[in-house]
Amino acid sequence: MSDAAVTRPAAGHRFPLLAAFAAGPAGKAILALLLLVLLAAFVGPVLAPQNPYDLAALDILDARLPPGSPAAAGGSYWLGSDEQGRDLLSAMLYGLRLSLLVAGAGTGLACVAGSLLGLFAGYRRGAWDRLVLALADLQLSFPALLIALALLALSGPGLIKVVLALAASQWAYFARSARAAALVEAEKDYMAAARLQGLSEGRLLLRHLLPNCLPPLLVILPLQLAAAISLEATLAFLGLGAPATEPSLGRLIANGFAYLLSGEYWVSLFPGLLLTLAITAITLAADRLAATLDPRQPG
Amino acid sequence: MGHATFVVRRLLHGAGVLLAVSLLVFAALYVVGNPVELLVDPQADPADIARTVAALGLDQPLWRQYLHFLGQALQGDLGRSFIHGEPALGLILERLPATLELAVIALLLALLAGIPLGLWAGLKPRSLAGRLIGAASTLGFALPAFWLGLMLILVFAVQLQWLPPGGRGATRELFGLPALSLSCLTWDGWQHLLLPALNLALYKAALVVRLVRAGSREVLGRDYVRFARAKGLSEARVVARHVLPNTLIPVVTVLGMEFGGLIAFSVVTETVFGWPGMGKLLMDAINALDRPVVVAYLLCAAALFVLLNLGVELLYGWLDPRVRESRA
Repeated sequence: MSDAAVTRPAAGHRFPLLAAFAAGPAGKAILALLLLVLLAAFVGPVLAPQNPYDLAALDILDARLPPGSPAAAGGSYWLGSDEQGRDLLSAMLYGLRLSLLVAGAGTGLACVAGSLLGLFAGYRRGAWDRLVLALADLQLSFPALLIALALLALSGPGLIKVVLALAASQWAYFARSARAAALVEAEKDYMAAARLQGLSEGRLLLRHLLPNCLPPLLVILPLQLAAAISLEATLAFLGLGAPATEPSLGRLIANGFAYLLSGEYWVSLFPGLLLTLAITAITLAADRLAATLDPRQPG
Repeated sequence: MGHATFVVRRLLHGAGVLLAVSLLVFAALYVVGNPVELLVDPQADPADIARTVAALGLDQPLWRQYLHFLGQALQGDLGRSFIHGEPALGLILERLPATLELAVIALLLALLAGIPLGLWAGLKPRSLAGRLIGAASTLGFALPAFWLGLMLILVFAVQLQWLPPGGRGATRELFGLPALSLSCLTWDGWQHLLLPALNLALYKAALVVRLVRAGSREVLGRDYVRFARAKGLSEARVVARHVLPNTLIPVVTVLGMEFGGLIAFSVVTETVFGWPGMGKLLMDAINALDRPVVVAYLLCAAALFVLLNLGVELLYGWLDPRVRESRA
């Protein structure tokens, strides 16, 4: 993706950011890929041939059938079936939705909590600033996987706990960036003017400081989302994520692991491909967004 | 600030981080959870449980319990494994060499593959190979490591049957020390080591490619490179003597920090390949609810990371004269 492909939006466009994002063939391709993943996750389960969470719809006699096998209930298992007799394609679409929801909730929580802490620290300075910074440094000195593993190992499994663990291992990125932006913005004239108007501190922070600190946070958000999808899948693979009855993509891959050595490749292969596709789409979109928002780009 | 002052300050900071971690683990164990459930084997009989509760001092105020926990930890007593019946710390230290061997080999593989590829992509960014290397490094970041491990097993162990699917293989002791019994000293060991090390190396290789590519691009535009070329030095000499050394400084510092990530991620790789290191021990302990081993792993990992960060900071100051000057 060449840097010159990002062009400034035409003035007066209804969605200037989207127009700049989708300018040129590279931008359109990335947008199409992203839409494909989102459609698969949120429309796919509606169209899926089977509800993989409905135990009554599963036929154990249809377990571990290779791709293209006919199903007892009619139709075909296009991508094969898993050891519970789930249609793998359906399980993957539901699994992708679960993966995106859990990772999205964790990253969203990290973004909200981290940004507010960072804004507060950068605005107040002093002891609050040092405390937030020390906590953020403490988190950043350990890999995200280790923090999430530690929390889940000590608190036990569960989807809500996974969301909290994802948030706990990511908030510091948002806090650091919000703090850096707030330190700069708080010095500007519009903040002085707002302060002189006698506005409350909450209003100052949320209505005046926050909107001006958003661009750097917008760049981190999709990057962290991609990282969170990967991390959630890893945790699920290790058995610490979604329950076995409602598998996310990582859990599906783990289920296939047991049959890999006997050459039944499809239960692990296809969910992994979908996972890679989703992470790639979001990573490319994140890079594209960063280039679009970068003020140093030629205008 | 003199160098000695700097070292002392970093040491104090490291001790502070460890103290914070011990406080967090203590909070998770004693305040959030039920320590009796966590620390006493649930299969023990009530008399045993009562004795352990008294021995652990669980009727004491929290600050006392914390000091007790800290005191025990400082003496290396992190409890006994429910499963193995051995001191948890000993179990971890026993598995440490296997994990370190895997991480070091993975780091070497990442550097061996990443530096030449990154240099190529940086020197010839418009060439087909340069573009392919760039795209491959993006994919390297996106590929979930655990899935890639399964696919390596599928291709090289199941389909081609070139390499074993897991285990550590034969080891040999270096200098006759049991702590240094390594797989990379035997042919069989290498066959077992190759796939997990490749798996663990992939992400770091992609990172090295990106760092070296960005670094060499930046350095190529500098005056000293243009001057070296103007002097009539051969292109190979310009790259070897001027571009590469200046590109490697960020690689060394980032990789120093990323080595901790390798150790953390070896939890995944060791689980996939059945590599008997401390990461697999942790997962087995989590699945078997063997809490003392989990706690011991977390405290050991924290200590290891603090030491690594400290080492990197000292190394950084030694490598980059500007940092050294600013501290003097």
